[in-house]
Amino acid sequence: MIWNKEMECASREEMRKLQSKRLVELVRYVYERVPFYRQKMENAGVRPEDIKGVDDIAKLPFTTKDDLRDNYPFGLFAVPQRDIVRIHASSGTTGKATVVGYTQNDLDVWAECVARCMTMANVGKDDIIQIAYGYGLFTGGLGAHSGAEKVGATVVPMSTGNSKKLTTMMVDFGATAIACTPSYLLHISEVLREEKLLDKIKLKSAVCGAEPWTEKMRGEIENRLGVKAYDIYGLSEVMGPGVACDCEFHAGLHVCEDHFYPEIIDAKTLTPVADGETGELVFTTLTKEGIPLIRYRTKDLTSITREKCECGRTSARISRFKGRSDDMLIIRGVNVFPSQVESALVDVEEVTPHYLMIVDRVNNLDTLEIQVEIDEKYYTDEIRGIEKITKKIAHVIQQALGISAKITLVSPFALKRSEGKAVHVIDNRKYD
Amino acid sequence: MSAKQLSVFIENRQGRLGEVLSVLKNNEVNLLSLSLADTTEYGILRLIVSYPEKGKECLTKAGFSCMLADVLVVKIPHRTGALQEILECVSDKVSVEYAYGLSTDKADACVVLKVSDIKTARDVLSQNGIETLSTDEIDKL
Repeated sequence: MIWNKEMECASREEMRKLQSKRLVELVRYVYERVPFYRQKMENAGVRPEDIKGVDDIAKLPFTTKDDLRDNYPFGLFAVPQRDIVRIHASSGTTGKATVVGYTQNDLDVWAECVARCMTMANVGKDDIIQIAYGYGLFTGGLGAHSGAEKVGATVVPMSTGNSKKLTTMMVDFGATAIACTPSYLLHISEVLREEKLLDKIKLKSAVCGAEPWTEKMRGEIENRLGVKAYDIYGLSEVMGPGVACDCEFHAGLHVCEDHFYPEIIDAKTLTPVADGETGELVFTTLTKEGIPLIRYRTKDLTSITREKCECGRTSARISRFKGRSDDMLIIRGVNVFPSQVESALVDVEEVTPHYLMIVDRVNNLDTLEIQVEIDEKYYTDEIRGIEKITKKIAHVIQQALGISAKITLVSPFALKRSEGKAVHVIDNRKYD
Repeated sequence: MSAKQLSVFIENRQGRLGEVLSVLKNNEVNLLSLSLADTTEYGILRLIVSYPEKGKECLTKAGFSCMLADVLVVKIPHRTGALQEILECVSDKVSVEYAYGLSTDKADACVVLKVSDIKTARDVLSQNGIETLSTDEIDKL
């Protein structure tokens, strides 16, 4: 099944024409409405009329997560507040969150994109789907929710945090689909096995995303649960989940490219690379009204193909992600930057700013330990004094990252000081 | 009199206690008493040593978090109930944070007490004729 044949199966030529038309309108739109973009274009010596189609897109300057931070909270919005109907936010690289705003039309487009993904994942009217992404500022929950409603599925808004209730309802409701992070789904499969419920579930589709995963994890999920698992991709700056998704042929993720124009660039030279070559994924939002983005650097590394897929769709496909061009980590589906830890620790006078983050996966759930050096001046010979410091740090970290971490205090100078770039992260999670 | 206790923060890592002890050995600081409080993540090593200042200096140089604190070292006779009687004298005035034993080759035993208010504790003990020792005195035991 294909949700929107007209868009998903358009000829390359038709799609390019549509993208070009929308890009020209978008450039004029942001130039008139967003002082930041106008300034950036003026600095780059490019006028709206210089952009006649997608062939000219490389003339436009890039946008980064730092630009969103610098214009916190609403500086990049292209419409007045009265037209914004929803706000979402994700982690910024430092203390400030990255804030995005949606008009009603943006929400409709978002639901449309997620509906295409749900259809790719074989979810429709006859399905009962549990949405087990977090609901809230994170785009995962509400994003998947609206798309699942749009295809007419019966939506169960589970959110995260209560695996037992989730497995009970999965069995009692006869849920046929689930949307959550792949690592959480593996955890759920463990819970089902422990409760001897594995033969009582009716699950057939799993829509997994919000963190990097591998073909091996897909195999594991499919074997354990007897489902087909699909990879859904998105990022809050661009929209949320639903920017791209893979079909039953698992030959790359189909991009909703009538709304999001993808480019792959060399992260060092910032020049476009050929189809099939790996580079950083860049998106231009072709139809977004609230916070349109011009050439937004996702920092995700992938490659692109524009060949027709066996499923019949002609949309551009991006390959499974090969990593990041920055130091962002995804822990329990939450974006985490080491710089956030650093700026949080600056406020804790009892410790030095040296830290080491150790990320691991225990029983399919991500764990984060942060080792921090206790400042000699604040060392105390009483355990409750040290516990107090540990608790204070744990609180500050939870506030900054939005996830909890195990704090381990170590002696001064126990953490290695390396010449050049310091090692702040050890990621022991295995992806293959 | 009060004595200086040297305490050291040690993360739970194999060989870490040995590293502390070898620093003290190399600097000829003698251990008179030792207590190790442990949690799952780290331990606090509390020591009475022959040269507390020197011990702190050489451990700090070796990269350890350590500190000196005033503690009471109380001499108690080797008989049932002796420690209990001592604590009873001070129990309504101060609270004991932690305590550990200190062995001597004399007939009496010693106990190290960290209390909430060392001055009050010392005054009360001396009014009751109970002796507290300084580091130098302990070293000579």
